[in-house]
Amino acid sequence: MEALQIIWFLLIGILVIGYSILDGFDLGVGFWHLFAKKKGERTAFIHSIEPFWDGNEVWLLTAGGALFAAFPPVYATVFSGFYLAMMLVLLGLIFRAVAIEFRNKIESEKWVKAWDIAFSFGSILPSILYGVAIGNILQGLELNAIGDYTGGFFALLNPFALFCGIVGLAMFAHHGALYLAMKLEGETAERAGKWAQKTWYIFLFTFMPTLAYGVKFCISGDYKFVCMLLIVFALISNFLAFAFNKKGKAVAAFLSSSVTIGLVMLSVAAALFPNIVPCTNEPDWGLTVFNASSSMRTLGWMLGIALIGMPLVLGYTWFIHHVFRDKVKVHKD
Amino acid sequence: MDAVLLARIQFALTIMFHYIFPPLTIGLGWMIFMYNTRYQENGNPIFRQLAHFWTKVFAISFIIGVATGIVMEFQFGTNWAGYSRFVGDIFGAPLAAEGVFAFFLESSFLGILLYGRKRVSQKLYWFSSFMVALGATMSAFWIVVANSWQQTPAGFEVVTETVNGVVIQKAVLTNFWEAVFNPSTLPRYSHVITGALTVGVFFILGTSAWQVVKERNVEFFRTSMRTAVIPAFMVIMITMFVGHKHGHQVAETQPAKLAAFEGIWESGPNAPLMLFGLPDQDAEKNHFAIRIPGMVSLMVGGRFDTEIQGLKDFPKEDRPPVAISFWAFHLMFYMGMWMAFVAFIGVIFWLNKKLLDHQLYLKICAITVPIPFLANEVGWVAAEVGRQPWVVYNLLRTKEAVSKSVPAGQVLASIIMFSIIYALLFGLWIYLLKNQFAKGPESIEALEGEVE
Repeated sequence: MEALQIIWFLLIGILVIGYSILDGFDLGVGFWHLFAKKKGERTAFIHSIEPFWDGNEVWLLTAGGALFAAFPPVYATVFSGFYLAMMLVLLGLIFRAVAIEFRNKIESEKWVKAWDIAFSFGSILPSILYGVAIGNILQGLELNAIGDYTGGFFALLNPFALFCGIVGLAMFAHHGALYLAMKLEGETAERAGKWAQKTWYIFLFTFMPTLAYGVKFCISGDYKFVCMLLIVFALISNFLAFAFNKKGKAVAAFLSSSVTIGLVMLSVAAALFPNIVPCTNEPDWGLTVFNASSSMRTLGWMLGIALIGMPLVLGYTWFIHHVFRDKVKVHKD
Repeated sequence: MDAVLLARIQFALTIMFHYIFPPLTIGLGWMIFMYNTRYQENGNPIFRQLAHFWTKVFAISFIIGVATGIVMEFQFGTNWAGYSRFVGDIFGAPLAAEGVFAFFLESSFLGILLYGRKRVSQKLYWFSSFMVALGATMSAFWIVVANSWQQTPAGFEVVTETVNGVVIQKAVLTNFWEAVFNPSTLPRYSHVITGALTVGVFFILGTSAWQVVKERNVEFFRTSMRTAVIPAFMVIMITMFVGHKHGHQVAETQPAKLAAFEGIWESGPNAPLMLFGLPDQDAEKNHFAIRIPGMVSLMVGGRFDTEIQGLKDFPKEDRPPVAISFWAFHLMFYMGMWMAFVAFIGVIFWLNKKLLDHQLYLKICAITVPIPFLANEVGWVAAEVGRQPWVVYNLLRTKEAVSKSVPAGQVLASIIMFSIIYALLFGLWIYLLKNQFAKGPESIEALEGEVE
């Protein structure tokens, strides 16, 4: 057991949390794109995320690269084990990226509409699949001795994992609605606030049963107390998000929702630790923080890269949000 | 179908499509920075128009590069789990570094370049265009580090361990700097970057020439073409020079690859350069060969009596596919010569102030647009196919690297999916480019009207 291994487990956790919070809001905006009534609204939705979404997605790329570097067997097992799901995530992300950039390039109703659909579809699909993936990892996978997944595709589509998929979508939809309420103005912002209220119930009522079942993993883990505490805090900040939104305090609501997402992810990490991918058929074959890490030398160099790089990353993120801090105007038509 | 073959087809397909775009945006990125710099220096609004127009072309292309780049990073895990487990200790770090050091920088400043003109000062806007070009160039560095390590591994040892009763091998890092600056990193990186610059510069040269021929926005595209002539000549010359240096390193560190590039079967001095020929892997000889005696020996070692290892020196199962390597390498070389010729004529005309007078020359520039793209593609094919049958040179065979848990049918399904999406994206890209050229540049008044 080495400190570096734990540090890297936490650092990857931070990257995943950063991704969930940041891409979470623009994926959520993609979901609400379906519900926008007017052309001006849809354009404003795109404008509200335009300068940020690409940087947000870089968190995913960096998390992927870091997982590959710090825990190569986990990267290999999860990415090959979830093959079809990963391909669908890629399908969604490709269409979404291209839709955001291409949508305004040609002035034709049909063109814009086609890309609007691609954008929504490309946002919803990954949101669900991330949840499904986390649900499956929490339950553990059927592995062979070298860590290859042996369970087959349909085993991944179990009720708990699918439920987690809905939770994922609801969580991001809620988060995205709060972002729109914060970033837009007037009538549209108000409507986004109402969307957030409604989705909050959906989020809560799907989260609760998932949690009830998920507690099983929490209390079977080595860090039940930490895990429980994180879940309690997640619920508190989730209620705060609802309360702030109801009072029209959009920024506070969005920040609470961000904290909620972070805490939910941390509770997943606590439920798993020291496992990263538990093995269902042979518990000793599970991939853990300690048996699946890279060498200490690699982890050390990587830590150096992270210590130099992460302040820069946070700097750019702050900078770009500062430059585009104004609210986005919704043009009526 | 064979799962290894399918995984290889998928990798080749997805990377060759992806590799259309990053070289273009690296090249365009630096040209846009140059235009912005000129505008800062002399305030001539034409440079502002140029920067603005080519930024639009950049954006359309950049986004496809981003979208298809994610596929590449995921693919190591999805299709090549065996590879990921073997090299993870070394290969993942540059990918993570690329994210932290290059992508974040690039994506943030790109936001400003595309949407922030009205929100930031001119200085900061100019600086953003520099950061975008720098980010793209740095991201190429980390990718080349990872790829070069596959070609000429260094700074590691292979350890054998028993995991759950199964004996496995993996590469473990022993020296970080040796792994990063392995023998082929710098030669390859300089060749990749200069190769990328040729794509961007010739793209501006050729597409602008075509607009002049078509008499659309002639004044604007004349200036655009003029700005690209000297850079085109410079980058192609440097590309060929560093390519030559890169060849020396290949001869030294990957002799089987060099032998395949040149279709050399027998070891010995006076190794000939084959200008044309059809290498035959089974018969171990070349058909219809046209050769210059001693030329490869001279180029590699500076003397005719330099010993060159032939393919027969290597066991049959360790030889790369010779015909593909040979033709990919030679096509790259011929296309490089063609570009050098086009650029050279351009410089001559430019010096005589007749660059725009020759319709035929303008048309030649236009048909040259795909050439640097193709040269980059076949250069990549030569480098990667020449490495076969190894995925990590002399360490790990390609067939051992594949994901064992993924059924061939699923790989085939994803190949079909990517083929359809990529064909669609390519069509859209061409369509949007044509549209952008038809629209032409924004008028000076419209650009001046913007708030600074």
